[in-house]
Amino acid sequence: MAEVRLSGITKRFGEITAVDAMDLTVADGEFVVLLGPTGAGKTTTLRLVAGLEKADAGSVHIAGQDVTAASPTVRDVSFVFQQYSLYPHLTVYDNLAFPLRSPVRRTPEPEIRQRVTAIAEMLRIPHKLENKATQLSGGEMQRVAIGRALVRAPQIYLMDEPLSSLDAKLRAEMRIELKRIQKELGATLLYVTHDQIEAMTMANRIGVIDQGRLIQVGAPREIYEDPGNVYVATRLGQPAINLIPRDLIPAGSLPAGTETIGARTEHIRIQKVSAERAQGTVQWIEHLGDQNHLHVTVGERKITTLVEPDTELAVHDQVSLELIDPLCFDGAGERVRASG
Amino acid sequence: MSASTANSVVEPKPWARRLAGAAVVLYALITIVPLIWIFLTGFKTPPDSISYPPKVIFEPSLEGYVNLFTTRTRQTAEYMASLPPPENWVERLVRDRNMVIAGPSKFGERFLNSIIIGFGSTFLSVFLGTLAAYAFSRFKVPLKDDLMFFILSTRMMPPIAVAIPIFLMYRTLGLSDTHLGMILLYTAVNISLAVWLLKGFIDEIPKEYEEAALIDGYTRLQAFVKVVLPQAATGIAATAIFCLIFAWNEYAFALLLTSGTAQTAPPFIPTIIGEGGLDWPAVAAGATLFLIPIVVFTILLRKHLLRGITFGAVRK
Repeated sequence: MAEVRLSGITKRFGEITAVDAMDLTVADGEFVVLLGPTGAGKTTTLRLVAGLEKADAGSVHIAGQDVTAASPTVRDVSFVFQQYSLYPHLTVYDNLAFPLRSPVRRTPEPEIRQRVTAIAEMLRIPHKLENKATQLSGGEMQRVAIGRALVRAPQIYLMDEPLSSLDAKLRAEMRIELKRIQKELGATLLYVTHDQIEAMTMANRIGVIDQGRLIQVGAPREIYEDPGNVYVATRLGQPAINLIPRDLIPAGSLPAGTETIGARTEHIRIQKVSAERAQGTVQWIEHLGDQNHLHVTVGERKITTLVEPDTELAVHDQVSLELIDPLCFDGAGERVRASG
Repeated sequence: MSASTANSVVEPKPWARRLAGAAVVLYALITIVPLIWIFLTGFKTPPDSISYPPKVIFEPSLEGYVNLFTTRTRQTAEYMASLPPPENWVERLVRDRNMVIAGPSKFGERFLNSIIIGFGSTFLSVFLGTLAAYAFSRFKVPLKDDLMFFILSTRMMPPIAVAIPIFLMYRTLGLSDTHLGMILLYTAVNISLAVWLLKGFIDEIPKEYEEAALIDGYTRLQAFVKVVLPQAATGIAATAIFCLIFAWNEYAFALLLTSGTAQTAPPFIPTIIGEGGLDWPAVAAGATLFLIPIVVFTILLRKHLLRGITFGAVRK
């Protein structure tokens, strides 16, 4: 395992700049998650680290060595592709053994057998080892793809939305499992997702990415509690942060320059009140099972927040709202903080 | 709506099915009758083979096959009488016509030439075609489209149109009547087909597989061998059949450019002359034997062939 450092790395595809002068260091043994929407440049960043794309500018260092011009074969990284890319003509066993049989790291067959079996156990696919890779369900394919990466110990694991086609239960298990494996191996891992829960639960640090730029990097709680701008604030939190103009809801004293207020559940106090003191009306309560979303209209605006399942609020109730230490943003969407 | 109806076409009416079935049977009969006739003629005696009206029921004889593999000389009755009794059925058959075996014919050699040249040029076409198709499919080749068009354009006129320049060129280069010359010629004709067909197949193989192999520690060439080739096997097999059929059946160039050492079977078979004209049973026997390798090759690869022909029409 090793440190991976990207300096000013840039990749253009014709007119489009997919990755724009990105600086990012993944420390040895660190789990870094790149979080961003589709087309933000997450996958391209991974491919640049792997050497599947040639950088137009900047450099990639793995374990202190400049590998910017090196071929993927010699970079010693492993990659979980979003589309699995299992070799369709091989069995699951041979797929998992494939990296170990490569000419650059010939492994004796007994050791291959042992490692492949262990990985298959861990991913709960030992009964599928003799299947052709094409005779698997989407979830099984994805587990084999993850297994093919984990079967060896490269400098860094690169994973491109590896859990995207698993069902919710398996995804939750795999999150914990991946995190456990990563800790156990002390693995360096660069992970790409648009799923904020994966980012929050697994990352040592999250890098929020948009249009090829790294907007903010930090520990999950830091990114969640202290976002640098509106964009980062909207990436995290379920339900999504409420962006409301100042003065819509009483919020105490706000820093100068505040134009927009970002309010999550923890910033909002809601009370059932009589009609004359009310600012809003309960429109709908959504019971999602694990969460209960309360939709309140304040004038023209809609605000969504979490409530307890046994809330006394009901549809059409008149409520008052108050904001406690919300996040404040200026007209350009940048964060403004209370001075002092 | 059930899943199976989602992508199925409307079932044809029973009478339409029957009509289509009849058409297929009729077409099969029309194509197979000459083959059956050749096969039967191979087992006729020369008089039976040219009798009129043609004989459908006849006493089978191996005379055609014996004549195909031997050369014979006619002898006087006295000489025939002085010979010891025939040692085997072949001699007996020949002596019944007042002839003795003078030696083996050239059919065996010509047949071997066909195999060397046919399979040699098929191998070379497919080998070069696969590499070229892979390069065109995966790499940024300057003037790619123009080069592909240029390759295609070599098939835009019948190859025989350039027979005279090739004849002169081969004479100068000393390639006339050599195995190498014929292999190169058939490869040159087949390579455009091979490149175009194979490029289609390789385009269909997602490049992610090679990327995965690169990351797994294989070089580009190793990834090509380990990952691309197995998946292109169907396309390679189909292409090989098409190339072999062309090289195997080619007549005009073989007639023009070969006469001895490298002569293939097609120009040789019709020259099997018996007494008083063509020895039809021997010609038919030669044609029958000549069909066997290509039939075997096609049967071996037939499951690839069907997919190869319909490739691109059906998305998985």
